[in-house]
Amino acid sequence: MAEQHSEVDRFFVREQMVEAMPPPGVRRGAGDWFRRNLFSSVPNGIMTILALLFLAWSIPPLIQWAFIDAVWEGTNREACLGPDVGACWAFVKAKFGQFIYGRYPIGERWRVDLVFLLLAAGLVPMAIPSAPYKALNALFLLVIFPVAAFILLTGGFGLRVVPTEFWGGLLVTLVVAITGIVVSFPLGILLALGRRSKMPAVRLLSIAFIELWRGVPLITVLFMSSVMLPFFLPDGVSFDKLLRALIGVAFFSSAYMAEVVRGGLQAIPKGQYEAAAAMGLGYWPMMYLIILPQALKLVIPGIVNTFIGLFKDTSLVLIIGLFDLLGIVQFNFTDSNWATPQTAATGFAFAALVFWIFCFGMSRYSMFIERRLETGHKH
Amino acid sequence: MKTKLFVAVMGAAFGVTAAASAATLDDVKSNGRLSCGVSTGLAGFSAPNDAGEWSGLDVDYCRAIAAAVFDDPEAVSYVPLTAKERFTALQSGEVDVLSRNTTWTMSRDTQLGLNFAGVNYYDGQGFMVPKELGVSSALELSGASVCVQTGTTTELNLTDYFRANSMDYNPVAFERLEDVNTAYSSGRCDVYTTDASGLYSIRLTLPSPDDHMVLPEIISKEPLGPAVRQGDDQWFSVVKWVHYALLNAEELGVTSENVEEMTSSENPDIRRLLGAEGNFGESIGLEADWAVRVIKHVGNYGELFDRNVGPDTPLGIARGLNALWTEGGIQYAPPVR
Repeated sequence: MAEQHSEVDRFFVREQMVEAMPPPGVRRGAGDWFRRNLFSSVPNGIMTILALLFLAWSIPPLIQWAFIDAVWEGTNREACLGPDVGACWAFVKAKFGQFIYGRYPIGERWRVDLVFLLLAAGLVPMAIPSAPYKALNALFLLVIFPVAAFILLTGGFGLRVVPTEFWGGLLVTLVVAITGIVVSFPLGILLALGRRSKMPAVRLLSIAFIELWRGVPLITVLFMSSVMLPFFLPDGVSFDKLLRALIGVAFFSSAYMAEVVRGGLQAIPKGQYEAAAAMGLGYWPMMYLIILPQALKLVIPGIVNTFIGLFKDTSLVLIIGLFDLLGIVQFNFTDSNWATPQTAATGFAFAALVFWIFCFGMSRYSMFIERRLETGHKH
Repeated sequence: MKTKLFVAVMGAAFGVTAAASAATLDDVKSNGRLSCGVSTGLAGFSAPNDAGEWSGLDVDYCRAIAAAVFDDPEAVSYVPLTAKERFTALQSGEVDVLSRNTTWTMSRDTQLGLNFAGVNYYDGQGFMVPKELGVSSALELSGASVCVQTGTTTELNLTDYFRANSMDYNPVAFERLEDVNTAYSSGRCDVYTTDASGLYSIRLTLPSPDDHMVLPEIISKEPLGPAVRQGDDQWFSVVKWVHYALLNAEELGVTSENVEEMTSSENPDIRRLLGAEGNFGESIGLEADWAVRVIKHVGNYGELFDRNVGPDTPLGIARGLNALWTEGGIQYAPPVR
């Protein structure tokens, strides 16, 4: 045995892998990262330098304006006057209530807060995949919450009635956007299925609806609702302005949604339909169990794109005299107690920031959902 | 222009509906609220205050009418209307009165199915210059460069004015109002021209408002006033006489402070205005103390002006043409008798 062992020992057999050597010095550390990512070629290097120059040119004045020279406290325009004054945040502070609630009576604003709170309470657990009771949660969001929000916001049942003319600001933006999203998603799916239906009447109606609403600018829809509609209604019958906007926005975005969903439906291979049919599934189970889950997953970016577009389109309601967030900010520029050279810039910066927070939030959440639903299937 | 024509055509086509709802005053009374069309934001005329309430000269006319009818200036539903919507809203009955810095012109008065009840602000195109330019009259502006918005009547008035006075000028014209503002505040032109009330509110957004002044010349007529639907004379009279009551009250020295004492005044004009004599309120479908209600809640015309646009507000507009006829202006009201 010993002899045999020494026989083997004559050959060197390494039993462990060699420790990986660190890369050579030039391929290590921050220097390498810069070289590979920012200066990998001459054009790349030039772009990097230009981008850095742009940042150096734009960021310091922005910080100077938004923070260092900014006015944070004040009760009227006097505070924000002067040659070297930056952003007039005192204006935003004084008008903050209006930016959120519009002209909603100050004593009743707790009702709006409660609606926001209920919405968050319903939406947050819904958005976290691991939170339990999804069915109950959905029931709350889609049935209980809208009814509760409607009663809380408009009044009745012992609450003071607050007509929609008093609504405004972020409240109107959210009401229009959320109604648009909640209505357009199911309606868009139905329209997309209808457009691919084999029943001529259903197909034609769906096509007519989609092409009619998609073929008209939203601004025209809103104008029609406020300039033409009153002529067609019987005398003395008036239609709530906010309701007109809600219907217009919901139908308009449904048409867009339908086309997005149809794109997803067309990407599903025919074999999926045939397999579902072969298993004896009827039309609705086939769509609900097999086709739509795959199709919708495919078009998440398109759906979220439509939602984000819808959220920003809400500011068009300004043209029919409803004050959404952007509208009420602009409306307050006309308060002569706050008219200064910086008022408009500050107000727009504030509105942009709020819009960005919402849209960026939607965008990040959609990316999270996409990753979660990723099954590795590539069509 | 297309919109105007369109509105006119629609107004003619649906004129029947407007005529059908003749008794606006009864409708307003049964609704318990006055529906008042205002602007979607104009400094000094209809703008929000810090509490989010509407304020301004046009808004105060809504409040005055509501006070006359209900003794409650808050019984108003404000309907913010864009320039395009405003006439439709009035014709279709969505609003009972349009108090929205609307210029009284012949075509609007005759073709759109509405009646102007009076002029609550005599506006007109004016000029703003930096004080350091050292001019005190528009007639000294020969050779100046003038910032103006293109495609507006403002531009045409400007051309006419300089030609009529045989002066030269360089127009610096922009499509958008914001660009005109920027050009003026960065010194690309010496003079800014638009409606005078607009000049005062633009002045506020300049880095140093006190270094700029509005010249006294007014080169166009822009009488702004409340309008009602045609075909309802009673309601027309109500709105008209609320306006006259505001003017008469100022002329007679009746203010929101002293209106209660004034009811026992010996002056027959005051006694008739305030309903202590005669039944003038009844003749327009209101209570005898209709004018007392108006003045008690919103004040007289002078108070309205001073509170919203006058010299002590940030806008700082002088009374000028809007002074009473007794004080060099042209605001004049028929007597109550």
